[in-house]
Amino acid sequence: MTFTPTELEVEGAAGGETAGEPAPSSPPASGRRLVRAFLRDRAAVACSAYILLVVLMAVFAPLLVKLSGYGPLEFDQGAVDPNLGGLPLGWGGGIGADHWFGVEPGNGRDIFARIVYGARVSMTIALLATALTSVLGVVFGLVAGYFGGRVDMVISRVMEFLMAFPALIFMIAVLSALPADNRQVLLVVVISFFGWPYLARIVRGQTMSLKQREFVESARASGASSAQIIFKEILPNLSSTIIVMTTLAVPGYVGTEAGLSFLGVGVVPPTPSWGQMIASSVPWYAVDPAYFLFPGAFLFLLVLSFTVLGDRIKKIVESGEGRA
Amino acid sequence: MIRVLVNRLLGMAVVLFLVCAFTYVIFFVLSPDPAVQICGKNCTPEAIDQIRANLGLDQPFWTQFWTFLGGLFAGRTYGTGANAIECVAPCLGYSFQSSQPVTDMILQRLPVSVTVAVGAAVLWLLAGVSAGLVSAVREGRFADRFIAGLTLTGMSVPNYVLALSLQFLLVVTLGWLPFPQAVAFGDDPGQWFANFLMPWIVLSIGAAAVYTRLTRANVIETLQENYVRTARAKGLSPGLVWRRHALRPALTPIVTIFGMDFAGLLGGALITETVFGLNGVGKLAADSITKNDQPVIMGVTLLAAFLVVVGNMVVDLLYTAIDPRVRVGSSA
Repeated sequence: MTFTPTELEVEGAAGGETAGEPAPSSPPASGRRLVRAFLRDRAAVACSAYILLVVLMAVFAPLLVKLSGYGPLEFDQGAVDPNLGGLPLGWGGGIGADHWFGVEPGNGRDIFARIVYGARVSMTIALLATALTSVLGVVFGLVAGYFGGRVDMVISRVMEFLMAFPALIFMIAVLSALPADNRQVLLVVVISFFGWPYLARIVRGQTMSLKQREFVESARASGASSAQIIFKEILPNLSSTIIVMTTLAVPGYVGTEAGLSFLGVGVVPPTPSWGQMIASSVPWYAVDPAYFLFPGAFLFLLVLSFTVLGDRIKKIVESGEGRA
Repeated sequence: MIRVLVNRLLGMAVVLFLVCAFTYVIFFVLSPDPAVQICGKNCTPEAIDQIRANLGLDQPFWTQFWTFLGGLFAGRTYGTGANAIECVAPCLGYSFQSSQPVTDMILQRLPVSVTVAVGAAVLWLLAGVSAGLVSAVREGRFADRFIAGLTLTGMSVPNYVLALSLQFLLVVTLGWLPFPQAVAFGDDPGQWFANFLMPWIVLSIGAAAVYTRLTRANVIETLQENYVRTARAKGLSPGLVWRRHALRPALTPIVTIFGMDFAGLLGGALITETVFGLNGVGKLAADSITKNDQPVIMGVTLLAAFLVVVGNMVVDLLYTAIDPRVRVGSSA
């Protein structure tokens, strides 16, 4: 396993240069070493910082909105020009001291407030979907890999079936057929329903090889039950795989939620979500680019941050395992 | 070989049947009553019952499902008497909102979706594989790192954000491309090409990034194999080593995911087609969501699932042709 510190040429956010020095030559046996390797990686730190920022934005949304002065559902007809079809007054879609990110054309809702509240929706759905997918994926993967035989066959067939499905269009079909109340819960359920096989497949494979190892055999010989072996012996050995897979899954879910909301089957208006904001900016893109640029940039950076972070954690874990 | 083929075909039939059943159940259970939709505003309960009876909606679930399946293979007739509507096989349903069989609606839109898919596929294959090769050859150097940064960006940028940004940049600000207009290829090839150029780029970016990474990883791994070292040691020219020994095993996995990605795209690129206003199958589905036209959504879902399943099978069969190891394994 070679550790190549591939650098990121990401504009702005990551700063471009990462520490060019090679990974520590001593085996990073402890978690603290991994953390230190992580902290030395500037791109990873920058990405974590951005994710933290979005999380804080989401948590303190009501407070931030009080500071900026406008709520996410508040109309401000004074900020738009009725003679120009409701185009925001002022430069860049109405950016100014009143509206930090400008306003929506037409009804003059504050974009900053909607971004902040949209972060809530996006993060909640993505993180809940990730949590649910991980639980399902780990449990089914462990069960299929450990017990094998008929149990494995049934689970594997179900996974193949779900993965053969065109997931996006099916999610749309299901969501459009379901009633619109409580869409956020539905989104989490539907995304997880199609998402778990990807983790389960890998957990299953690793479990199958782990259960042949000596420590599992000795645990079994000393009379441990299946549940004990699975959760005490096998699961801890899968932790790095699970961490990497889940980090890499989050950006996909952020994107899926935004995409579904963009298509109008996700979060129901007037609750803001980034994807939905971009969708409503489509008719305005030529005259008011700021309207799609703000949510677009926030969404892009969030997905990018999670992707880069997952990538980096994977490399660090792999290099650690390769050396240990 | 024939046994493998038969097994695969049977497996495919089972999956397709399950897809049909699954989709049908969801729409049967959840969708609003089509009879109410057809009946319109001035409607009496008797009229609704009448329509239900005409369309067979009063039948139990299994009867309706079998009628639907039968319609797929042999066509079916909606209603009876003078108002009967003929729906020829493969009948994917009937849209009462636009008074058209779903199959016809899809077939009208299919050429656009195919054009979008083929162009994007060509673009992402070329870009992805060549960028991956460059990355692998220059492993760890500037070009590799630069491409790595680009791929991460490409993987992360949402379709519609890229689409809007490109449209704003290339059409509105710079004026390099004309505003999209609906034209046939024969009338104005230039405008036609300009219409499709941005959708192709937008659709191919994400896939190109994935293919770059895959190609890079595969090539680097293959170059470390013993047989490549042997080929080099016996004095083969670098070009021959690449062509004969490195590229083929490195690029075989690409075929697998290409088949699936391409098949998935043929069923319509919902977001891209919607943003660019292209009248493809994807836009049809997206519009039907807004109009709550369930039969159409269901038809497009089935078509997409069918294409993905068939694509998977074609890939599996191709695989046996490309990769000798699989061939040996299956006959043993």
